[in-house]
Amino acid sequence: MGKTLFDKVWEKHIVDISTHTEASFLQDKKLLYIDLHLLHEVTSPQAFEGLRLTNRKVRRADKTFATMDHNVPTKNRNNPDLDPISIKQMNYLKTNCEEFGVTLFDINSKDNGIVHVIGPELGLTLPGKTIVCGDSHTSTHGAFGALAFGIGTSEVEHVLATQCLIQSRPKTMRVNFKGGPAPGITAKDLVLALIGKLGTAGATGYVLEYAGEAIKNLSMEGRMTVCNMSIEAGARAGMIAPDEKTFEYIKDTRYAPKGEKWDEAMKWWQTLKTDDDAVFDKEIEVDVPTISPQVTWGTSPDMVIDISAKIPSPAEAKSEAEKNSIARALEYMNLEAGKTMADVKIDKVFIGSCTNSRIEDLREAAAVIKRRKKAESVKQVLIVPGSYNIKEQAEKEGLDKIFTEAGFEWREPGCSMCLAMNDDVLEPGERCASTSNRNFEGRQGKQSRTHLVSAPMAAAAAIHGHFVDIRNEI
Amino acid sequence: MKPFTKLESNICPLDIANIDTDQIIPKQFLKRIERTGFGQYLFYDWRFNADGVENTEFNMNKPEFRNAKILLASENFGCGSSREHAPWALLDYGFEVIIAPSFADIFFNNCFQNGILPIALPDEKVKELFEKVKTAPEAKIKIDLENQKIAVSDGGEISFDIDKNRKEKLLKGIDDIGFTLQFLSSIESFEKQHLF
Ligand code: SF4
Repeated sequence: MGKTLFDKVWEKHIVDISTHTEASFLQDKKLLYIDLHLLHEVTSPQAFEGLRLTNRKVRRADKTFATMDHNVPTKNRNNPDLDPISIKQMNYLKTNCEEFGVTLFDINSKDNGIVHVIGPELGLTLPGKTIVCGDSHTSTHGAFGALAFGIGTSEVEHVLATQCLIQSRPKTMRVNFKGGPAPGITAKDLVLALIGKLGTAGATGYVLEYAGEAIKNLSMEGRMTVCNMSIEAGARAGMIAPDEKTFEYIKDTRYAPKGEKWDEAMKWWQTLKTDDDAVFDKEIEVDVPTISPQVTWGTSPDMVIDISAKIPSPAEAKSEAEKNSIARALEYMNLEAGKTMADVKIDKVFIGSCTNSRIEDLREAAAVIKRRKKAESVKQVLIVPGSYNIKEQAEKEGLDKIFTEAGFEWREPGCSMCLAMNDDVLEPGERCASTSNRNFEGRQGKQSRTHLVSAPMAAAAAIHGHFVDIRNEI
Repeated sequence: MKPFTKLESNICPLDIANIDTDQIIPKQFLKRIERTGFGQYLFYDWRFNADGVENTEFNMNKPEFRNAKILLASENFGCGSSREHAPWALLDYGFEVIIAPSFADIFFNNCFQNGILPIALPDEKVKELFEKVKTAPEAKIKIDLENQKIAVSDGGEISFDIDKNRKEKLLKGIDDIGFTLQFLSSIESFEKQHLF
């Protein structure tokens, strides 16, 4: 029987421990070797604390890289007024990296940025690698044909100390995106539509492989957007088979193999696709041509509808539990069932996060503006590039001018209002069109109301002051 | 890690589906660099009103549930962010067992790493438990990990499944890292022939 892409990467990383008697204790679990471990300031402090307490070392500092992203300020970077606890956390990461010999891209490094943005950019993320990080959106790196997933802090400590993880084999699900998208439909719409279909737990226990024409035709940036949100359907990871686009993207990046090493790697990478006769535990199809621009209306990413569709009512619910959750979400979001999202006015706009802060997203957002200005009623539009490299590229292309002339704020890289751990926070009750990945209660600030959309949809909402159908803007 | 063997306590019910880790421990409290002290912030936005005063409507604040060590929730508990601060906060507050029809993957795993026992029960069993708590909020149940049994106050018994390896580690309070380091020689030989 053939193998799936997942099988090939998984099997390559199983450490053979059969000579040890203790191995039986693992039952059907495997000791999985980890090729790349990414760290950030929020989920690593207690892992380092654990190492110190037990007198352990970082086993492979050469496979471990750290950045500061979650609570870094996106303006006045070195402002001494910065929240003292954030400073403490960042300083602690610095101390830890120095002491344990880990490479750190701190806030003053020109390679600094969101962990899931800089990994691919620097060529740390490569096809066929196993990649972990104490962050659930590690699934992003699967866009390169890596097996990448989020772990908890205890596991961060475990990987630091052993370079391995004990894992049970997940199930596999292939998602076939059939047909091509309508104009104006982005990778974000594809993945939001998928989450709407699967629900937030629909892929729990699975590694997803995204396949089909629409995925093949996506840029690497688009593929990252899709893989990024795998976790929002509950999946352990998402993967896309590497192809010429992938190799093109990583070639000549800083940490990618060079010369003979590249050739050797390529030999393996070219085998990284699902065999024709491989069998998945589950397969589903998504009909791409029917996908409209997506907007979330509720407090969970699967509470998503077409821009022209009606906001659901508790009366339509199929179960008591669903009825309650719709009612609760409508109340929290202060929305009326039966209206459309185009009727909904917004207060702020956030374009950024590891989902949509790459150069392509910024280009798409800028293209929508067309010399217009943000609506008077919109209080703030934040554009937060995913990394300094993206920021620099965008400035080269003059995108920053387009944004600032429209009245948008052009910021330094970081997670920013995706989770609002820094000063970029919504006030209670404020409504935001956001390109991030989570619309949970309070995610962007206490009592904040988040609507997840694509970058062009967010830019268009900023111009109009309410959501609009992007298909009428292009 | 503290071993987990048996527990007797009443149940605090939280009948909300898809409770995410952002609710369990809101992000403004993630900035500590220690592992302890997160309990005071558990379910902060639900437990406290905007003015910082306790929300008396919230179950955890009701006198009958204050000392409950078992949390009963609805499906997909612990979804969202991978933050391990969620189990730290639950444990620090005093919850040692969480019962729900289903859990999110990463959270489920994180519980075991910290000595919390997450028990996934069939839907109808969870519903029954919710009913029981309604009629007798202070009734205690007994959880016996060794025998994988829950003894309910009215004499009923519910069995639960748990992975053997995880059970052993919980029972003994074993640290995962020490366990893995036994295989160091195998890891080193793996590295010699590995591409990256
Ligand atoms: S941008 Fe948001 S989702 Fe991505 S790593 Fe940062 S906080 Fe997490």
